Amino acid sequence: MCLGIPGQIVKIIDSKQLLATVDVAGVKRPVNIACIVDDTHPAESCVGDWVLVHVGFAMSRIDEEEAQKTLELLSELGEVQQEIEAMKESQTLLDS
Amino acid sequence: MKYVDEFRDPEKAKVLIAKINALYEQIPQIAIRPLQLMEFCGGHTHTIFRYGIEPMLPDWIELIHGPGCPVCVLPMGRVDDCVALAERPDVIFTTFGDAMRVPGSKKSLLQAKAEGADIRMVYSPLDSLELARKNPDRQVIFFALGFETTMPSTALTVLQAKNEGLDNFSLFCNHITTVPTIKAILDSPDMKIDGFLAPGHVSMVVGEQPFHFVSDAYDKPIVITGFEPLDILQSIWMVLKQIAENRCEVENQYARIVPPAGNEPGLKAIEKVFEIREFFEWRGLGSIDHSGVKMRNEFARFDAEQKFSIPNLKIADPKSCQCGEVLKGVIRPWECKVFGGSCTPETPMGALMVSTEGACAAYYNFGNLPELLSKRDQQNKENTA
Ligand code: SF4
Repeated sequence: MCLGIPGQIVKIIDSKQLLATVDVAGVKRPVNIACIVDDTHPAESCVGDWVLVHVGFAMSRIDEEEAQKTLELLSELGEVQQEIEAMKESQTLLDS
Repeated sequence: MKYVDEFRDPEKAKVLIAKINALYEQIPQIAIRPLQLMEFCGGHTHTIFRYGIEPMLPDWIELIHGPGCPVCVLPMGRVDDCVALAERPDVIFTTFGDAMRVPGSKKSLLQAKAEGADIRMVYSPLDSLELARKNPDRQVIFFALGFETTMPSTALTVLQAKNEGLDNFSLFCNHITTVPTIKAILDSPDMKIDGFLAPGHVSMVVGEQPFHFVSDAYDKPIVITGFEPLDILQSIWMVLKQIAENRCEVENQYARIVPPAGNEPGLKAIEKVFEIREFFEWRGLGSIDHSGVKMRNEFARFDAEQKFSIPNLKIADPKSCQCGEVLKGVIRPWECKVFGGSCTPETPMGALMVSTEGACAAYYNFGNLPELLSKRDQQNKENTA
């Protein structure tokens, strides 16, 4: 929850509600991008950006190298597996 | 130093440790007692244990593991409130998985779920909102917990619910705040912390400014710190360097993520939805002034506390549990009487054993258990002799 997880924005779902699809270690899920857009970075320009995602919200824009380093750290801490599992479980819940 | 090799960059780690050792001569107060540095954040605690940072440090540095693990400081009474809400037949209670096993006075959420309460683990408050959309005839409650890091997410979710007029969605708000808590730690008479590693992701939201009171009013160095093992070593060195040079400042080691002014849209959302509580109850630490937030009146219909009745009782921790002393750094986790005995990660008595970010679970999982337990027994013998 507090460490978050890096992911890459692959698609804007809704530029008004500021929802985007983010690829997190191979799992795609909707993520709110309200905290990383402003006049210089409108939603449309965010595709391809790496972000740090906390509980479904992109909280910070990061560079790719930082993203990879963080993913490595998190996987050593056992957090990647945990986050991915939580995302998948949540998704099954919504699909059912 | 069996862990150093696990660092991605062991050379850099060795250089930093040498730099830390080199400051010994310049810090005269070490002759009197070891320096106590507190890492506030549970994420830092996890890294420190996973990479064995403590054994690498010279013995004149003691790391005190702070209360920055939201699950660990959740008081029993609040867990009881969750259970009471979750057991209402009209309610779908949603929560992060971490909170499921925290003991309440009668049961945990996990036990309540086993007994039939509709409790669902979600990854994000957004998923909870989606459940509310899909179940218009049920009341969906999201158990909001965490420090400032997760506050923008719940605030934005509530704003979205309001926009959509989703009246069957509400928050059970248990967010806590970092700054009043650090202040309470500094004011506590049994504490002698010499410097702080400030939480990286809380700072990402709130920025550097809120920490200035630590250096300005309390004359303690504080360094905003990232989560890599090298970040932590570097920050420890930065704190020590301040002490050696008689400086007290807020320094930002984690500038690659933490902008000085924090996250503006996040702070705006927090400001819109939440206001400071007069006080909030912490497990082990008791009540701390202004250390939590509640929802503003205009969001009453999205506030589970106002919408439903909750027991809201203060429940004392079990007598044998010493979480409070551990949280304040008065005793080390393994010195607690029930550590490793009746309190283990499988059957936690205190919340510090529940989360991987809790100091007790960290010692239990990463420490040398037999050695720690025999050290404790030895100490007890000496104390009674
Ligand atoms: S061992 Fe258990 S009861 Fe003792 S301080 Fe740790 S979590 Fe609390």
